[in-house]
Amino acid sequence: MDFRFDLFVEILPQLWKGMQMSLLLTFLGMALAIVVGLVVGIARLSKSAFLTWPTNIYVEVVRGTPLMLQILVIYYALPHLGINFGQVTSGFFALGICYGAYISEIFRAGIQSIERGQREAARSLGMTGAQAMLYIILPQAVRRILPPLTNEFVAMLKDSALVAIVALFELTTTARYISSSSGNVFTPYIGAALFYLIFTIPISRLVIVMEKKLRAGL
Amino acid sequence: MKVIKVENLHKKFGSLHVLKGINMEVEEREVVVLIGPSGSGKTTLLRCLNRLEEPTSGKVYVLGQDVTARETNINKIRQQMTMVFQLFYLFPHLTALQNVTLAPIKVAKKSKKEAEELGMELLRKVGLEEKANSYPSQLSGGQQQRVAIARALAMQPKIMLFDEPTSALDPEFTREVLDVMKKLAYEGMTMLVASHEMGFAREVASRILFLDEGVLMEEGTPKEMFAHPRTERCRAFLSKIL
Repeated sequence: MDFRFDLFVEILPQLWKGMQMSLLLTFLGMALAIVVGLVVGIARLSKSAFLTWPTNIYVEVVRGTPLMLQILVIYYALPHLGINFGQVTSGFFALGICYGAYISEIFRAGIQSIERGQREAARSLGMTGAQAMLYIILPQAVRRILPPLTNEFVAMLKDSALVAIVALFELTTTARYISSSSGNVFTPYIGAALFYLIFTIPISRLVIVMEKKLRAGL
Repeated sequence: MKVIKVENLHKKFGSLHVLKGINMEVEEREVVVLIGPSGSGKTTLLRCLNRLEEPTSGKVYVLGQDVTARETNINKIRQQMTMVFQLFYLFPHLTALQNVTLAPIKVAKKSKKEAEELGMELLRKVGLEEKANSYPSQLSGGQQQRVAIARALAMQPKIMLFDEPTSALDPEFTREVLDVMKKLAYEGMTMLVASHEMGFAREVASRILFLDEGVLMEEGTPKEMFAHPRTERCRAFLSKIL
């Protein structure tokens, strides 16, 4: 039990650097996950088995295996196939691929929650299926998707700690490194926890506000 | 000129045989009112015309084009034959004016300015000019349906389909919607209307079709139909509804 305020102040810049890496991984990972999630979510709703089969397998595999394992495969196994990623790239890539599967389910549910009549009204005016999706379905679905999507952002920010296994100095790894080099256990870990909370608590509050607004009818 | 021609149209949903060999025609500038008990197939018939439902067998020709043919671009036909739905289905994330202008801009490739001029003119026509910037949730049912009619008019169609446009409305709002539809009828719009509004049918219908259990049982002018229904089914139905 040895929280040292002087050490805490001293390591703040290091922790902040780690936080920046965590945020970078999360922003890039989230951007990838949203693109993957949108494409896969729509593909899984398609009538064509050519699209639903591979995407179903992707979602099942990703949801059925640990994120840690996925990171290891992307970082250590893919180079053997001639695909070489750097640490940051394989880190956010793994996060994006993993979260893409979960987010595709969020998109799918969001799109399905829009009543069929909306699509039919759009199509009855001569819009193509893609136009109906782009101008009518997605804008409505995105409003409903925003709260769960933001929750995923918070979850990814925390899960970004797992890419530590590829020796990336994000926040948690930084704290562990400081802990072993300074011989002080609590200060760096509590410091790291505070950094996470500075981001996760406001975002979680934001989700509650969004949900309230949605319930009030857009 | 015949703008709609239906030949031996069948529609099955699994084992449910909803339409059993429909033959009908609609002439340009005709107002045809489709009546019949609920579940008789009125909605399905309308939806087969613009292929929101895939006909099981039979032929549908709209403006001379075979609706179900592979080479037919159904989106082109839908631009010329728009639809008004029982539950309006306005786009809730768009204002009244945006609801009306979206398809002209994105589908008919009109400029925004041109589409908005047309949109305002149509909102004026349905009496909702001052609601142009309101969202659907801020409008009454009757107002929403009138916006939906303006939206369907905005593609400047040759034919309009109305699927029980007043059935979901409180009685106090029925009239304002029917008044707009009457105006369209008098202006010469070709209309095919599934409806229980016999007053409307009496006033503007050129013909009434009576559909029962997926079969067109009877047709005639409102005068003939209301005074001398030929079949027992039609007589029973009319006596319940008139």
